[in-house]
Amino acid sequence: MSISLFMSENKDKVGENGASGKFELHEPQIRPAVEYVGETSIHLWKDSINILAIIGEIAEAVWYAMKNPRKVRWRETLYYMDVCGADALPISCMICFLMGLILGFQASLQMHKFGTDLYVADLVGLSVVKELGPMMVAMICAGRAGSAFAAEISTMKVSEEIDAMVTMGFQPSRFLIIPKLLALVMVMPVLTIFGNVVGIIGGMTVGVYSLGIPIITYFNRTALIVTPRFFTEGLIKSAVFAVLIAAVGCLRGFEAKNDTHGVGAAATSAVVSGIFLVIIADTLMTYLFSRF
Amino acid sequence: MDENKTVPMIQAKDLTVGYGDVVVLENLNFSIERGEVFVIIGGSGCGKSTILKHLIGLYEPMKGDILIKGESIVKADWEEKRRLMKSFGVLYQAGALFSALTIAENIALPMEEYTKYSEKEIMQHVNEKLKLVGLQGAGPKMPSELSGGMKKRAALARAMALDPEILFFDEPSTSLDPVTAAMLDRLILDLRDRLGTTMVIVTHDLDSIYAISDRVIMLDKEAKTIVARGKPSELRKSNPPPAVKEFLERAGLSRKMD
Repeated sequence: MSISLFMSENKDKVGENGASGKFELHEPQIRPAVEYVGETSIHLWKDSINILAIIGEIAEAVWYAMKNPRKVRWRETLYYMDVCGADALPISCMICFLMGLILGFQASLQMHKFGTDLYVADLVGLSVVKELGPMMVAMICAGRAGSAFAAEISTMKVSEEIDAMVTMGFQPSRFLIIPKLLALVMVMPVLTIFGNVVGIIGGMTVGVYSLGIPIITYFNRTALIVTPRFFTEGLIKSAVFAVLIAAVGCLRGFEAKNDTHGVGAAATSAVVSGIFLVIIADTLMTYLFSRF
Repeated sequence: MDENKTVPMIQAKDLTVGYGDVVVLENLNFSIERGEVFVIIGGSGCGKSTILKHLIGLYEPMKGDILIKGESIVKADWEEKRRLMKSFGVLYQAGALFSALTIAENIALPMEEYTKYSEKEIMQHVNEKLKLVGLQGAGPKMPSELSGGMKKRAALARAMALDPEILFFDEPSTSLDPVTAAMLDRLILDLRDRLGTTMVIVTHDLDSIYAISDRVIMLDKEAKTIVARGKPSELRKSNPPPAVKEFLERAGLSRKMD
């Protein structure tokens, strides 16, 4: 009796084990480097095409949603706003506060040597509003929302819910991606605003208690340095990160393999590619913002 | 409805299906008539479910065409496909109820999308369907609160939500106890007799095959094609090829039947 007896229910593997139905275990072998490079390149190429395809599909779905706002599943959007926004608020604030604190502390050590204590407010204010606020919130959301989206969609795929959706005439992109995308785009900038505020408070705590700068002086300096433009830049970044995290989370869910390993891998991959894309986008946007 | 009498409900022409480069089944030709209980049988891994997923338009065949009421579902664009899909319901292997919605919401979903019923009318229809499958009062429950058999029945209620002309079943009796499986069989026959619904069933449950099928086709993994077709009881008597005989008689350990 071969193992194929236990494998035979796996419909996607039909024919893969050859006509004999025997299940063969492959000996692990060291693959030639060329083969590895080739395979990786092909994989990367296919991945890029998939990302392009999903961007197209999302654009179409967004366009459709704008034309028919009543067809958007608002109840689900609110649900995701709650899960990805309200529930993420405490951890986002906590991390942003601590980042502000750490940054303030590190800066104060250096600035104090040169007697430029007040510039701690500049450094903390600008870094938090332009970079750390949006970035830290994006990291948290990639870990929380991105992985959840991927796991949810890939589980739906395993249980044939996606198939059922298609045969009921619903386009999965409209049905599944749009509420998640809208929710994340709406809540991430809000989380970022909260993050920015508590981040600056973190820096202020160091400034006031460790360097002895009066609160009002620190506040005025921050208000002078952090212009609405910088603040807006941070929020734009945050919205772009939201699109990336939601899109890549859903993409990884849709391309997951039809088994339990697939669900885990999809969630992992959603977080890794989410963070990667966020950093790439941040680099580009920082460059662009500095030019205009 | 009558004008379509001559056109078969479903027609497969030179259908070749597979995954990637691997051909699973080649050059299949069959047609399914209106009001027929058509059963696709075969051993595990022969591509039964694969062929079903092609018939309902989920996968694209490698070659050939599938006509539903004379219209190709293979060449249809999304809007045409959507229109064709509206005319059939599918019962998936594990039910595939949307786990984020209650049973009632699951059944109401297609009605909300396709009909102009008011909320009250929808609820009325939902309850009617639930009653039909013997699940009165299960509407407000979540799918995770139901047993496997109940999920399947709820999924059947959802598949029937729009009173489809064709119902597809992917292994309906797996994970059902014999009593529920028999109930499902009776329900299938009853629906066919009352509404004239065409039934396409993928199964390897012998009892079901003998009890409800008008016609079967048997697929084979090695031959990659249809190895037998006809009425199962006649097939068994008519000295079929050994593989078919083995399948229909449970590999020689025949139970006492008719």
